[in-house]
Amino acid sequence: MKHHLFILLSAALVNNFTLVMFLGLCSFFGVTKKVATAVRLGIADTFVLVITSISATILNKWVLTETPYLRVIAFIVVIASMVQITEMVIKKYSPKLFRELGIYLPLITTNCAILALALFQTNRGYGFLEGLTFSIGAGAGLTLALTLMASLRERLELADVPAVARGAAIALIIASALSMAFMGFAGLLTNP
Amino acid sequence: MRCHAAPDIPGRPMPTATEDFVRGIWKENPTFVQMLGMCPTMAITNTVKNAVAMGVLTLIVQFGSNVFVSMFRKRIPNEVRISTYILIIATFVQIVDIGAEAIMPDMHKALGAFIPLIVANCLLLGRQEAFAAVNTVWRSGLDGIGMGLGFTLGLSTVGTVREILGSGSWFGIRVMPAGFEPWAIMNMPPGGFLGFGLVLLALAWWKDRAARRAAVRSALGRPAATTALEEVTV
Repeated sequence: MKHHLFILLSAALVNNFTLVMFLGLCSFFGVTKKVATAVRLGIADTFVLVITSISATILNKWVLTETPYLRVIAFIVVIASMVQITEMVIKKYSPKLFRELGIYLPLITTNCAILALALFQTNRGYGFLEGLTFSIGAGAGLTLALTLMASLRERLELADVPAVARGAAIALIIASALSMAFMGFAGLLTNP
Repeated sequence: MRCHAAPDIPGRPMPTATEDFVRGIWKENPTFVQMLGMCPTMAITNTVKNAVAMGVLTLIVQFGSNVFVSMFRKRIPNEVRISTYILIIATFVQIVDIGAEAIMPDMHKALGAFIPLIVANCLLLGRQEAFAAVNTVWRSGLDGIGMGLGFTLGLSTVGTVREILGSGSWFGIRVMPAGFEPWAIMNMPPGGFLGFGLVLLALAWWKDRAARRAAVRSALGRPAATTALEEVTV
């Protein structure tokens, strides 16, 4: 139990996928203009992460035993199909969200956080349950980072930013401050 | 800051080979102008050496997959084109990964998971979709090399800022005076965001200054000279 809690907190806070490991930055800067959309993208990401983790475990255990060099290719194909399924589900149940996420929904495929999760899980030799915990933690961390960034940028709309820094530059500098704040979690856990 | 490149504007004369090649290096630079492939731009630019290695590996994948996609562009069915492009990219990434492990094991270790993650670099998919899928093999190859070089330039610029401020050296050679206290933060995760932010800030300032000078010049009645960066905004 303690081991799982460690994996969960480590993925969500200490080694936050976006702010500490630099994964999934396209959507981190692209979809963080409104808090509501950011939270929903975070949840969609988490959903894909969990399914990817399960598929990666299955692939590693039964399919890729003899051919580890096909791992990246196999993972990306599975991820692409999973994103396609998520897209269809969202389109059916929430057309509004589907429109809001726009191009960033199919682009979850090229969100490196997803592929990275599958690779890290393999490298660390996580089993089924550990992988599940890891993916939920990573998803929670992504959602947290997206939400924080979106709230900061909503506030920033009202701030008086110098003309040259407006847009990408100020977003990056804010992200840097946010990342610095997450460094504070570094001493939170020690490996049991 | 989104993951799809602008298509060629129809009605313009056919670009020359030089234009295909130079486009990616400056006018549509993947890092500064298109802002694609942000993850490696921030994750592995703590030293110039890492940045250049990553840039070169991406260049190889971009060139190889551009040529391949362009070669089979008339055979790939439209409905499954994205998955096909991703598969082609993943194959080249796997080749580069194994190659890098054999040729430069230390660098392979330093770049870690970011070599397989080249698959998820949206620059590659963006170029296949916007360029290689509709252009000849020769032009796509040139475009791939140009974009790869542009990406390398972008990475090494951010790497330069971070390494000089964070370790006081450039490409491993000490450049700052002995009394310089390195900014440790530039080597840590926040430094990635900050370094790239500073580079973009400097570029925006430069563009702004050039625009102001042009305005003053035209007010004085002299013909305004356009710089390369002003063209980018047009």
